[in-house]
Amino acid sequence: MGAQLRVYRQKIKSAQTTKKITRAMELISASRIQKAQARVAASTPYSRAITRAVSAVASYSNVDHILTTEPEKIERAAIVIFSSDRGLAGAFNSNVLKESEQLAELLRSQGKDVVYFLVGRKANAYFAFRRRASEKTWQGGTDNPEFETAKEIGDAILESFLKPAAEGGVDEIHIVYNRFVSMLVQVPEVVRLLPLEVVEGVEEPDSKAVLPLYEFEPDASSVLDSLLPVYIESRLFNAMLQSAAAKHAATQKAMKAASDNADGLIRDYTRLANNARQSEITQQISEIVGGADALSSAK
Amino acid sequence: MASALTVSVVSADQEVWSGEATMVIAKTVEGEIGILAGHEPLLAILAEGEVRVTQASGSRITAQADDGFLSVENNTITIVARNAALV
Repeated sequence: MGAQLRVYRQKIKSAQTTKKITRAMELISASRIQKAQARVAASTPYSRAITRAVSAVASYSNVDHILTTEPEKIERAAIVIFSSDRGLAGAFNSNVLKESEQLAELLRSQGKDVVYFLVGRKANAYFAFRRRASEKTWQGGTDNPEFETAKEIGDAILESFLKPAAEGGVDEIHIVYNRFVSMLVQVPEVVRLLPLEVVEGVEEPDSKAVLPLYEFEPDASSVLDSLLPVYIESRLFNAMLQSAAAKHAATQKAMKAASDNADGLIRDYTRLANNARQSEITQQISEIVGGADALSSAK
Repeated sequence: MASALTVSVVSADQEVWSGEATMVIAKTVEGEIGILAGHEPLLAILAEGEVRVTQASGSRITAQADDGFLSVENNTITIVARNAALV
């Protein structure tokens, strides 16, 4: 076998092996998207109930709460970045990191210090490689987020939010995550979590659905006190679930592209290998014919 | 007055139970509260404890809920707890 032919055959083999891997990964993440989406759907009753309750308290009581009041001067802002633990997901992680870099730049241009909370191994690696500091990190389990993690994150950011700025506390918290729009589209999204502003997701109040006057037990401010951290946790949990679903979708898309590309490579190299084989045979024939000619003319 | 309450028990990652009921008894931080149809809108913080739901058929459902709250409006009761489970 000619050297050229051997090289082509090797390349075909390697493309085939890679294709097997990427195909398997594609199928795995395709099946996981369904599960992740189901989890997003399963958590909506909770977040809807909490959002509704928060908007009820916020709109029917004039309680000033520390989590909802805008500080006069914002010295330091925190960014929570939701990345994934694993790569091979196309632009998934770079999108969210790029978005947070832009946000950081914007915040710095407003004269704010920026600190980071990182979720997922990839964001962590990005920061470690650039030798940048981060306040706190969470790694592992981004594929299948637990509510406990959301609670931990919530506790950590609340703690630093409630700390005065002079002691290293932050006055503003933003979250950056990939939102799952569809199997094909995932959008990086930036949301300011604290101080809480407009309560999102409130159904449009048509004439009948005006929120009723609530009775609070024990009283409005303590209900708000215990409700807001829960609200924040549920927002964080939702971001994590969205990000997990988006990650699986992005992986599926990336791996599908890789498998298709491997198909293309295999086809191209097979053509080249056929060509090489054919020209080898042609060469051999012409050698034999030439040799026979030489022999017969020598007689 | 409507005759039945629509109750849903929701935890962080799923809806634990939902259905019709005639009475709900829950434990708030101020003490036990019983809710019948036609109750005024209410938002209460739950203390750790059981929530008992009496269904129209008379059978009882007990759920363990801690760290949550209870909201009542228009005969719809939502019990929201980070951890909630039927007992």
